[in-house]
Amino acid sequence: MSVLVYTENWDGKFKKISFELVSYASEVAKMLNTTVTALSIGKIDETELKKLGNYGSQKIISVFNDLVETLDNQVYTNIISEVSIREKASVIIISNNNTGKALAPRLSVRLKAGVGSCVSKLPLNINPFTVYKKTYSGNAFAHLVIKSDVRIITLAQNSFNLIETENNAVIEKADVTVNSSFVKTKVTDVKKQTGKILLTDADIVVSGGRGMKSPDNWTHLVELAEALGAATACSRPVSDEGWRPHEEHTGQTGKIIAPNLYIAVGISGATQHLAGVSGSKYIVAINSDKDAPIFEAAQYGIVGDALKVLPKLVSAVKEMKK
Amino acid sequence: MKILVCLSNVPDTTTKIKFSEGSSSIDTTGIQWVINPWDELSLTRALELKDDPANGIKSVTVAHVGPVSSEPTIRKALAIGADDAVRINAESPDAYYVAAQLAEVIKKEQFDIILCGIESSDYNGSMVGGMISEFLEIPSISAVSGIKIESGNPVITREIDGGKEIVTVPVPFVAIVQKGISKEPRIAAMRGIMLARTKPVKVFEPVTVEPLTQIVVFEKPAPRSACRYVDAENPAQLIDLLQNEAKVI
Repeated sequence: MSVLVYTENWDGKFKKISFELVSYASEVAKMLNTTVTALSIGKIDETELKKLGNYGSQKIISVFNDLVETLDNQVYTNIISEVSIREKASVIIISNNNTGKALAPRLSVRLKAGVGSCVSKLPLNINPFTVYKKTYSGNAFAHLVIKSDVRIITLAQNSFNLIETENNAVIEKADVTVNSSFVKTKVTDVKKQTGKILLTDADIVVSGGRGMKSPDNWTHLVELAEALGAATACSRPVSDEGWRPHEEHTGQTGKIIAPNLYIAVGISGATQHLAGVSGSKYIVAINSDKDAPIFEAAQYGIVGDALKVLPKLVSAVKEMKK
Repeated sequence: MKILVCLSNVPDTTTKIKFSEGSSSIDTTGIQWVINPWDELSLTRALELKDDPANGIKSVTVAHVGPVSSEPTIRKALAIGADDAVRINAESPDAYYVAAQLAEVIKKEQFDIILCGIESSDYNGSMVGGMISEFLEIPSISAVSGIKIESGNPVITREIDGGKEIVTVPVPFVAIVQKGISKEPRIAAMRGIMLARTKPVKVFEPVTVEPLTQIVVFEKPAPRSACRYVDAENPAQLIDLLQNEAKVI
């Protein structure tokens, strides 16, 4: 028996979420009295792989061949399910990010394994195997029993702290035969922004709503984000108006994020918006309407004109960084 | 080409969620049911594709797993413009069960493009689309924010971290769609509502499938602490609190 954790890499590098997943997997393994195997797919060097050991992975399996350079969900499902059978995994842990959402359901059917998705805590019980998952866009949480012998958990981002341990990991390069006729997904073009902090990775997010009044007023918001090392986001009306790109839209139908700090500037805080940010550890609201619902979700608030408050905040942050 | 749009019906987002006694299910009294927002956008996109004859879309079908009480959701989709519908006459105990039922229908009725919303706003599972594709052993593309037809072939935009990929894949396939697929959901016009009454809805009985998961109890999120206000004239105090109290900057 073992716990298998799939750790995605980005151009050969892991991110904080990879280590969160391994930390989580180690704690689950302790509950089940077993060990953790991490699986990496794609080109990556040993120094990077070895880092997974710092968070409790005893075995690290690396799979790389020409067929894994594009994410083809069928190919990846094949590799993960084969490794999970070899490792006799009773629990498979994946991130609840785009990749996890693509692979977990396919693995579920392939292995006849029930999925607990968007899980934000350690299992509540191991017999019956019960997980704690988000439902109703964060307005409720469910205790979900997974009845199958193999269980899949997709872990919500930023919901588990890193736990470092002594590193005694063994790295194993594994061959998994992939039938090339399987590869059906062809990527014909890629557009990638570079040098920007990604919204879904950011620890701090500064977000603007209609209260910003005009796209020209974003200068100060961007300045605040830069001073804090934060990513920028916006509410739906702002992206619908074309004031900001739709990649920045956070909310129920946009990006769902869970940073440590979410600063909502001129955002009233409709249910649909909160559904996308309710996982944030701290929410700061800046709004001229003292009755705006965002203040009910926020721990810290300033009632005032965003355009007057922002420049003062920028100088306060710069002062602090000195 | 034939398009299938999988529909889920969910409580309207602004609904205050209450639980039944014992908190093992939600209290459905007074709930306004709507088409899951992503499914509604998928349907809109499917109809936009069909509007242009050059795309060669023969029909847009909607499928839903639900008891007879969920028919208004199906009629609404037909009123928006779907040509016909399939209802699998069953409750939906979990995603695995629902996907197995939909996969069965797809085997019988044969579709080229199967569209599923990225998640339902009730269970937030993000599972059904991917599961259908694995049951049918066909490709799946997830995080889809755009789909068009170029010389008879579907061309898909897939969101990746910090960017987009343009992807092609042979039919049949499942596209799991999200933000960007279509701008505004299409609204039913009076004529559509009239037509919807006579459009065909096939009803299938479910196949036997054992669900893999079960919700035993719901709970409300822990209440957040009350908001602490900082004077608008002195935002530096906020920075101090974030640094020394919350310790997040």
